[in-house]
Amino acid sequence: MNALLRVEQVSKHFGTRENGVTAVDRVSFGVAQGEFVSVIGPSGCGKSTLFHMIGGLVAATEGRIDVEGDAIRAPHPAIGMVFQEESCFPWRNVVDNVAFPLELQGMARAERHERARHFIDMVGLHGFERNQPSELSGGMRQRVSIARTLASQPRILLMDEPFAALDEQTRLLLGDKVLQIQQELSQTTLLITHSITEAVQLSDRILVMSFRPGRIKREIVVDLPRPRTSDAVVSPAFGAYVADIWNDLRQEATLGLAAADRRRTSAA
Amino acid sequence: MRFAAPLSGIMVLLALGGLLQFAIQMDFISVYVLPLPSDILASLPRLVAEEGVLGRFATTAGETLAAGLLALLVGLPMGLLLHRSLRMRAAFEPWVAALAAAPLILAYPLFLVLFGRSPATIVVIGFISALPPVVLKTIEGFAATRRVLLNVGRSLRLTPGQEFRKILFPAAIPQIFVGLRLALVFGLINVVGVEFLINLGGLGQLINDLAERYDLPGTWGGILCVVLVSIAFFTVLDGCERWLRRRA
Ligand SMILES: Nc1ncnc2c1ncn2[C@@H]1O[C@H](COP(=O)(O)OP(=O)(O)OP(=O)(O)O)[C@@H](O)[C@H]1O
Ligand SMILES: [Mg+2]
Repeated sequence: MNALLRVEQVSKHFGTRENGVTAVDRVSFGVAQGEFVSVIGPSGCGKSTLFHMIGGLVAATEGRIDVEGDAIRAPHPAIGMVFQEESCFPWRNVVDNVAFPLELQGMARAERHERARHFIDMVGLHGFERNQPSELSGGMRQRVSIARTLASQPRILLMDEPFAALDEQTRLLLGDKVLQIQQELSQTTLLITHSITEAVQLSDRILVMSFRPGRIKREIVVDLPRPRTSDAVVSPAFGAYVADIWNDLRQEATLGLAAADRRRTSAA
Repeated sequence: MRFAAPLSGIMVLLALGGLLQFAIQMDFISVYVLPLPSDILASLPRLVAEEGVLGRFATTAGETLAAGLLALLVGLPMGLLLHRSLRMRAAFEPWVAALAAAPLILAYPLFLVLFGRSPATIVVIGFISALPPVVLKTIEGFAATRRVLLNVGRSLRLTPGQEFRKILFPAAIPQIFVGLRLALVFGLINVVGVEFLINLGGLGQLINDLAERYDLPGTWGGILCVVLVSIAFFTVLDGCERWLRRRA
């Protein structure tokens, strides 16, 4: 496959060799131009660690990540990141948040505001340009962050559980927005998530990660027709994918819970 | 509705004044402890006409402002430096905190020797007492900047200068202004205190004079003027903070 982003045998250890955790263990995959790939796995399996390594914010212990052969050692201009945590600048209103990357490029105020408005409309926040982040809901703030990243026009959109804090309905509707955006921009996207429905709804391909050490356990090609909407959620084919992935994830999630229980009892 | 809160604050103040007035008139409180609030207010025109209170107000405010500005000019870079270097922070932060607790004003004879009986002595003592809150709150503000905001900056490949101007500084503005407010309070207390002690310029000297003349309403009127200085500073600072936040 002719991959735009390539992750090869990437591992990350935290702590010393004797006394530490392997958060990510020899992970390899590629993402082709225009493709939408999801990485799914239980909480604590190393998804955010992988996200930070691809974003160039954290160095991999082993392995290689590259964009068209250009190895990532620091944040790469081709990659735009949307973080798991709330990341709007609270001192900027919506339009100035979204225009932030354009401001860095030195674009004039009127022009960057116009460009920003385009992306604000795209994430469905028309009319909120002048609002402060504190006046928006959590889901709206996440959309501001997505619009800000889109405004930097990255070749690869990298998102870490952008909707994790939201309820299932909002999540499905925002999923529709992401689908629309992806269609409009044919945006190459790598989405990190722990929601099975979100992964099936959005992806061309899903990579299932195992719980500690975080490995890629399985790859699933989602062969549902596009364009998709959240309506597809009720189709039998959709249900079959969800059930199939849940079977895999159940074991891993159980391992994760058991590990959490052990930590609790040993702490007590 | 914007004025509802300040208005109710003023009402409470007036009510308290009225209560005191009543208590003193009924002799629950001796006039030799506290003069009548009405007499204190009545003394103000006299202070303006005979004691040059407006000029003294300007002197004290100016000295405090100079102390505060120096504290800002020195404290902000110092805070940034201590924030940037873990080792320096570990080495110096406790000393800055200790300085904040030191009753510096008692060392005024030392400063008199160094700077003479001049406004310089007053400004320097004000500056040194105003410095610790600026440094400590600046460090606190920078350190409390959420990691994810810095990561947004890193992923967009900001230069160190851009990171400071666009993320670190705006994120720390609320804390820095808390530090400045404290700095002006500490600075003002020390400025007035030294004016009082060395009998030089400003409202402190006036309060000293009036107290020695047993002019109690005038003394309290002078103290009221000191409070007005601090209210003036707080109002200006609020405006500055709002302006800076909008521009960040
Ligand atoms: N800086 C670090 N130092 C030490 N250990 C870390 C560090 N960052 C992450 N870890 C560990 O690596 C493992 C994976 O963490 P990570 O945040 O990548 O999980 P995640 O899959 O994103 O979880 P979630 O779904 O809850 O966000 C965890 O066990 C975590 O404790
Ligand atoms: Mg995570």
